[in-house]
Amino acid sequence: MKAKMPHLVLSASPFVKRQYDTPAIMRQVIYSLVPVVLASIYFFGLSALLVTLVCIAGALLAEWALGGKGPARASSIADGSAIVTAVLLALTLPPGLPLWMAFLGAVVAIVVGKILFGGLGHNVFNPSLTGRAFLQASFPVALTTWHEHANLGGFFELRGDNLALPFTRPHFDAVSSATPLANMKFDAVPTALSDLFLGSTAGSLGETSALLILLGGAYLAWRRFLNWRIPIGIFGSVFVFATILHAIDGAKYPSGEFHLLAGGLMLGAVFMATDPVTSPVTPKGCWVFAIGTGLLVIVIRQFGGMPEGVMYAILLMNALTPLIDRLTQPRVYGTGRTGKAGA
Amino acid sequence: MRTFRHGVHPEDHKSLTADRLIERLPVPDEVILPLSQHLGAPSKPVVTVGEKVYRGQLVAEAVGFVSVPLHASVTGKVTAIEKRHHPSGRLVESIVIASDPHSPQTLYDGGRRDWENAPVEELLATVQQGGFVGQGGAAFPTHVKLTVPQGKRVQFFLVNGCECEPYLTSDHRIMLEYAEPLFLGIRIIHRILGAEKTFIGVETNKWDAIKSLREQVPDDLPCDIIPLETKYPQGAEKMLVTAVLKREVPSGKLPIDAQVLIQNVGTVAGIGDLFAWGQPLIERVVTVTGPGIHNPSTLLIPVGVKLAEVLDYCGGLRENARQILFGGPMMGTPQQNLEVPVMKGTSGILCLTDAEVRPRREYACISCSSCLDVCPVFLNPSRLGMLARVGHYEEMLEFNLMDCMECGSCSYVCPSNIPLVQRFRVAKGMLREEQARQKAMAQ
Repeated sequence: MKAKMPHLVLSASPFVKRQYDTPAIMRQVIYSLVPVVLASIYFFGLSALLVTLVCIAGALLAEWALGGKGPARASSIADGSAIVTAVLLALTLPPGLPLWMAFLGAVVAIVVGKILFGGLGHNVFNPSLTGRAFLQASFPVALTTWHEHANLGGFFELRGDNLALPFTRPHFDAVSSATPLANMKFDAVPTALSDLFLGSTAGSLGETSALLILLGGAYLAWRRFLNWRIPIGIFGSVFVFATILHAIDGAKYPSGEFHLLAGGLMLGAVFMATDPVTSPVTPKGCWVFAIGTGLLVIVIRQFGGMPEGVMYAILLMNALTPLIDRLTQPRVYGTGRTGKAGA
Repeated sequence: MRTFRHGVHPEDHKSLTADRLIERLPVPDEVILPLSQHLGAPSKPVVTVGEKVYRGQLVAEAVGFVSVPLHASVTGKVTAIEKRHHPSGRLVESIVIASDPHSPQTLYDGGRRDWENAPVEELLATVQQGGFVGQGGAAFPTHVKLTVPQGKRVQFFLVNGCECEPYLTSDHRIMLEYAEPLFLGIRIIHRILGAEKTFIGVETNKWDAIKSLREQVPDDLPCDIIPLETKYPQGAEKMLVTAVLKREVPSGKLPIDAQVLIQNVGTVAGIGDLFAWGQPLIERVVTVTGPGIHNPSTLLIPVGVKLAEVLDYCGGLRENARQILFGGPMMGTPQQNLEVPVMKGTSGILCLTDAEVRPRREYACISCSSCLDVCPVFLNPSRLGMLARVGHYEEMLEFNLMDCMECGSCSYVCPSNIPLVQRFRVAKGMLREEQARQKAMAQ
């Protein structure tokens, strides 16, 4: 028997690949966010669902319109990163936010946060946080009007003024309430840790349940889709710095546990700071990045003008990431203690 | 379990052939012996067209020190000395021999070589005359490697039985079936090197080989069998040194600079055969495997047999076969022509199908750092890849491009399907060309 000459493919080694590609990883991130999103819908009702959906729509539309042509467009939609950006942005927003603002925020996140830098992989700042920073600067009142959730209204009752028309003055009713961090900072009223952990407090969509965020993060870290050094480093440094301050003046500075569980720290540390594009690639660099973020969070929360500082802490460290990477190149095999630092 | 840091765990698929006994391929009608099957100068023919040659007879001699001679792998007649297809994809001057169907194919110049008393230089000369090259894949002349340079010393001799490439099981079978020549080869190399001790490093997916070697190791031979974690690229020389001895080979240097010398199990067993009954390197064990072949097998193949003939013997390719590699799936070479010969350095023939060979869309690098987590020499492939993409080859040198051993672990894990190692090869090639150009201009 003579072997039939098949159509043989010539390609470059290696010829086998690990199973997971970038879209698969993005899908895993989305799955791990589903419980957090469901919790926000449970807590805030239809408002939370609407904000999330509008963010996704805005992000996909921006990606489709401006994310290149032909194969580049197909690839940037297919990689799934726009949905991750949109969901993460939504989780940082208050449930009562007018929907047109959420839409605008998502568009800015994709266009300014990503496409203007050259697309996925080239952006310096986390796109979701870029979008949120834009909203916070543009609509400070709307972005800091929070709502009690559990005891008020049913699923279909909208929180705040979701349906406000663009460029009208949103109408905020009297049910708004302060976040635990604002309570602590401005009125020195603490919140029970168990409430913080389970999420029955006022706050943005994803600021509420530390438990579900930790579960999602633990899953991703276990599957190695998330660099565990960053959340661990942030938690550790926030806890240490906060505990030191607490020991100095317990009445003025809340405990380390409070800082860990309150505000956007969980969401930021697990899902935002770990954005691979905008965090260091070297293991040593990840520790530097994480500890720096934790320090900045405490500095802003305790000594800055705002009650919450996670967003700016991460954005500031994003800006330092290229420098950190450059200074923490790994030691190359067979070259003694230190590898040659990058030029 | 001893091992090195980082690395990857591809599915090993070794069960396809791990239990297939070594089987001798019937004498082929024709063999093609390329004059260049090794690293170094091609050998020079000493026979003419029409001449009768015997199995094991010298047909081409070494040219210089870094070169090896070539022997007829069948008894028959030289029918041509001309350019033929070579597994590297080029056309290479080759000696073509038609076998004599009536010959008993006995060895031309058999007989035991004295190795107990002969001086070391003579042992090295015998190894070169036997045409020996490393059989793990790189095909570097064995006698050159075994020659310890002035002022250097070999403390330990390491025998590489890792076989970390998925699918391949030829070294596994050699350790199970050829233990006797293997230990003889170790004895001879011990004499050549003056080493203190030998370690055979074997991955733990071959426990049967570890057990059987431990049972058979002669009492008077200072040789330990070291189980190593099953992990790619455990069989890379630097990784083997680190795993077994916890020492690093200095950057840009060879294992001998860490007082270690490494040979593949197949090569060592071959040297045992050479001294035991005078057989030069004219045949080797090859794993023929993969989902694209009907009967995966372990074959003892005369050097120079055509790929098509080997595939036929193994039941032929399946309908969906799409890619044929010489070597394993991590570092092997794809073949485009079924007329190419099996060479001294061909450790396996791997037939992959549509399922494995599908095109993969490349996405942007998201700096996920997976590549940094697996690179066994601790490079930053992510950064190197970005530099290569924009052609900043000079800058890649500052990120230790030259320490890359092209194992492909980074490409294997990259979720964005970026052909990292291929870009590094291109970058190295471009830099070498540039160097040559500057040298030429200076002259």
